Amino acid sequence: MFTYYCDLALRSLKRNRVLTALMVLAIAVGIGASMTTLTVMHLLSGDPLPGRSAHIFYPQVDPSPASFAKHPLDMMDYRSALDLWSAHRADRQALIADSPVKLRAPEANVPPLMRTMLATTSDFFAMFDVPFAYGNAWTAQDDADRARVAVISSELNNRLFGGKDSIGKILRIRDSDVRIVGVLAPWRPSPQFYTVVAGNYANGQTADFYAKTEDVFAPFSSALEINDGNFQQFTCWGMPARAGHLTDSPCVWVSLWVQLDGAAKVAEYRGFLAHYAQQQKTLGRFAKDDTRMLDLMGWLDYNHVVPSDVKLQMWLAFAFLAICLCNTVGLLLAKFLRRSGEIGVRRAMGASRRAIFGQCLIEAGMIGFLGGVGGWLLTLFGLWLIRNQPVAYADLAHLDAGMFALTFAVSVAVSLLAGVVPAARASRIAPGLQLKTL
Amino acid sequence: MHIHPILAALRKHRLATLLIALEVALACAVLCNACLLIANRIAAMQVVSGVDEHALGLVVLTGFAPEQAVDLNARALSGLREIPGVQSVSVVNSAPFGPRAGAAGVTTDAEGKHFGGVIDFYVGGPGAIDALGLHVVSGRVPTADEYAAVAQYVPKGAPILITRVLAEHLWPGVDPLGKSLWGFDSQFRVIGVLDHFAIPAPGAGEEKDPDWSIFVPALPGPNFAGTYLVRANPADLDRVMRDAAPTIAKIAPDVVFDTEQSRTLGDLRERFFRNDRAMAGLMIGVIAALLGVTALGITGLASFWVQQRTRTIGIRRALGATRRDILGYFQTENLLIVTFGVLPGIAMALGINLVLMTFYELPRLPLLYLPIGAVALWVLGQLAVLAPALRAASVPPVVATRSA
Repeated sequence: MFTYYCDLALRSLKRNRVLTALMVLAIAVGIGASMTTLTVMHLLSGDPLPGRSAHIFYPQVDPSPASFAKHPLDMMDYRSALDLWSAHRADRQALIADSPVKLRAPEANVPPLMRTMLATTSDFFAMFDVPFAYGNAWTAQDDADRARVAVISSELNNRLFGGKDSIGKILRIRDSDVRIVGVLAPWRPSPQFYTVVAGNYANGQTADFYAKTEDVFAPFSSALEINDGNFQQFTCWGMPARAGHLTDSPCVWVSLWVQLDGAAKVAEYRGFLAHYAQQQKTLGRFAKDDTRMLDLMGWLDYNHVVPSDVKLQMWLAFAFLAICLCNTVGLLLAKFLRRSGEIGVRRAMGASRRAIFGQCLIEAGMIGFLGGVGGWLLTLFGLWLIRNQPVAYADLAHLDAGMFALTFAVSVAVSLLAGVVPAARASRIAPGLQLKTL
Repeated sequence: MHIHPILAALRKHRLATLLIALEVALACAVLCNACLLIANRIAAMQVVSGVDEHALGLVVLTGFAPEQAVDLNARALSGLREIPGVQSVSVVNSAPFGPRAGAAGVTTDAEGKHFGGVIDFYVGGPGAIDALGLHVVSGRVPTADEYAAVAQYVPKGAPILITRVLAEHLWPGVDPLGKSLWGFDSQFRVIGVLDHFAIPAPGAGEEKDPDWSIFVPALPGPNFAGTYLVRANPADLDRVMRDAAPTIAKIAPDVVFDTEQSRTLGDLRERFFRNDRAMAGLMIGVIAALLGVTALGITGLASFWVQQRTRTIGIRRALGATRRDILGYFQTENLLIVTFGVLPGIAMALGINLVLMTFYELPRLPLLYLPIGAVALWVLGQLAVLAPALRAASVPPVVATRSA
């Protein structure tokens, strides 16, 4: 029966090819638009550290004067960050500060480059599961010794050393020679979660949170010496004595990330943080003892990392899909009801309502299937268009297996949804009335 | 034309009518808001920079130490000036659509009690005002001896030029000349008012208006170097900017030439708004697709109804209805269906707008958009129904005598 119904459906669809094509196209465009935007949304709102993010936290204290800010600032001053870090009360902890640096490689014949250097501490790589192609992270001892070592990105390694193992080679950062101890494998967290700040002041224009990672990673203590004078403050409540030299400035510019395994440790660390803030207030260094500690996903939500344009595009695409759906349902309904006479005869000759319903649903499903295939192709096309957009997340726009399956699930759901109402209506046609008019 | 029989017929096709009405409602709601979004983006893209964009370019150099800055300034200024076609070169910290530089909160009193907002500090060396083509509406430009050395980000206690919009925000209804504002631990006295001077990233940060900027005159020096404003004849500008990189490579081989930021102001503006333009284009595409699909739905349904009612139409024709009557019937029917859709559509448009206002800081939907949206859909409906209605009108009366 199924193959017979398929044959009937094909005949019916062939009767008015233009209309069929238009119905298929409407569904395909609707699905293509929705799935493209949904894929981008999925890529941008995903968990950058699956399985670990619940253990990663972002502690905040408020070193600013009483009148300066209502909430703890997005970053910390040097002293607070260093105090909290050197207490080593978490399972892992990493300080973070970005700065632009000038790079040269004495062995490579490449003109000097300006790149971003991440000043951080040795736990960074283990805490964030950073993959290495060659070598390893530096050690805690290197942090303490202000060792002149660095880890470089896979991209920089390709650029300077043709992708070969460059462990032990020398990289000149500004005027200092550092030894390369590790080369990362390609690493593309989405977003670049550990430097996300100030999302609340971005007016929804947060596409740059999805930029590629830094190219040079150096021990925090060494980086402060190497690149002194080039650090950027997040905000200040007084003038730094010397621009770009921030360790003793009334500015916030350092982030601290901690890893806490287990609820007990989280509670303990919150207590430690609150105690630290109170102690600093008693000492007169803090005016406020506000603290906050969000987990990684909480911090990303707080910063509204998904660009508002992306959300807007998604809602627009779904509104469009709804319109396409209404359109298809209406056309299918009219199409089925036009065959009322035919259906009446089938019913009079003994076909059950279920059989009529099935026949109509197969016809609707066929349109939906064709639309789904078209929608999938249009999704691939849509993602290709996004890859060619001038946005930081362009290179991320690919259909993964999950979204591929979801595209087909949505196509089938949409086609059945479009077919159910007209099929149900057609199956309720009273045979007697139709036979009379013949 | 009697509406009653049309309504009676539509009642027989309640579900199909409802679906088309729903489609029209959704289309109306999305259409109004998408138009608002487009208008918003286009308005943002029209921002007046207040400078001669077509004649200006930026050259941005990085990777030098403050000790090298004075030497670099001298080399870059003389080197760039020697490129044929260059009219002037001056040291600046940024330009409209250029890199962000020197934004800070300011107060209108020395104690820091009256917060005026976060504004952008443009710092410019001698010649920058003329090169930019800034238009001073009142007051005066700084004299040569008012250009002082930069302490950290700006010179201390400098006289400033302020935009009209920012002056009106800080001192509403008062002549700003002679007033002072405080920021960067320093006092700045207003000596002139500019009609426009857009901040480097209009619409992207905390600043509430594109014109929330001031101009601070300063002497190039250790803390003020590396960014150069090149003015040339618009016809020569592209070539001049192409020549800038090799020129710098020759005179200062050790610095890094920032290829991203070293562009003409026209290019920088184009790049700054690229995303907005893409978004507006996308919206226009969606609107076109939306209206196309809606028209398709109306045409398709009307065609089916015409086929279904061929015999009824024949009977009406046989009983004396003119072609015009039949045409009018289908047109009126369409008008009714679209109206059923437009009315809830207007309510939905306002609802969606409220949501957008909360989440996207979009302005309120001007009420004028609603009747325009409604008329657009009415016209679309009439155009879409025209072909099937004409087919219906051409049904000959003799059909009535044939059996279905």
